[in-house]
Amino acid sequence: MLKLRRPPCFSQLCAAQRVVSQSAFAFLFSEMIQYSQTRVNTADELIAKLEDAGVGVGRRALELACWRERSSKRETRALWKSLFGAHADSLQKVQDSDDEFMIVEKEPLVNAFISSAPVNCAAFVAGGRTPSPPESGRLGRRLAAAQFPAEVSAHDNEEGATVLLIKFAPEVLEREKRQA
Amino acid sequence: MAYRPAREGNLLSLYINNRAGGLIFHRDFSPNAAKLDTNEQMQLASTFSGLALIMGQLAPSRPSSGMQLLEADGFLLQSFDSPTGIKFFLTAEPDAKGLDLVLREVYTYYADYVLKNPFYEMDMPIQKGGKFCQKLDRMVAQVQDRR
Repeated sequence: MLKLRRPPCFSQLCAAQRVVSQSAFAFLFSEMIQYSQTRVNTADELIAKLEDAGVGVGRRALELACWRERSSKRETRALWKSLFGAHADSLQKVQDSDDEFMIVEKEPLVNAFISSAPVNCAAFVAGGRTPSPPESGRLGRRLAAAQFPAEVSAHDNEEGATVLLIKFAPEVLEREKRQA
Repeated sequence: MAYRPAREGNLLSLYINNRAGGLIFHRDFSPNAAKLDTNEQMQLASTFSGLALIMGQLAPSRPSSGMQLLEADGFLLQSFDSPTGIKFFLTAEPDAKGLDLVLREVYTYYADYVLKNPFYEMDMPIQKGGKFCQKLDRMVAQVQDRR
């Protein structure tokens, strides 16, 4: 009997490689920001738009990462790597505060080609509330989807690095205390 | 890196003209560079665009590109046109080599750090102090170091 082999479809090819051209991503991201810019009046609105755009990506990325890992364990580092191809530069706890953490990226992937931005384009990654350039959306929603409600915002620090500030909701801390 | 840095002769200045021949970027790399104010830079850069165009029309066998290399006692000028009509030209001391490769590298940076930046408007001046400028300075410093 003749057995037909189906050619791999696009999603299979992507699944095999699991990488995307940085140029292609940069152009798409750039277009998205330009499109958003024509529809906002202030920098804050632009940040909100970028965060909203990141929200959907975050939910889906979490689902995809869990499915690929085939484990119910939430491995934050692996998740970050699956999104950006490399680990974040550092994860720190904010001093004098139990519920705040910072992820520091010297050169976030989404900002690789962006300069002279009125806001930090990393708001797209944070997807929380952010007063700096566009990168924040994805992380906030990912945390929420993983039952860790939190506010995430993207900021610039003094050295020009991007800081994603994560503030967990009080119920998360209470739960952690109970489990401890 | 793709380019082979020149061995002798310092780079002096870089100019970038848009499709209409207007200056959108200028940077001096050496204290020996011509001391011109902004107006003079703009005038000379757009004059050069016109001149290079005329020289293309003088060519006995057409079609030909415009001027690519100008050699003088005191300096060299290397010019490179992108297929989209952006003109990059570089002045250097007379014994500099490999200027075309440096210009290629500049073109790569332009494609990356200017055109992929959502806050850049086509044909408008390129902001100084942005990532394009930083990468350019780093590359030029490397090239000068190896001389």
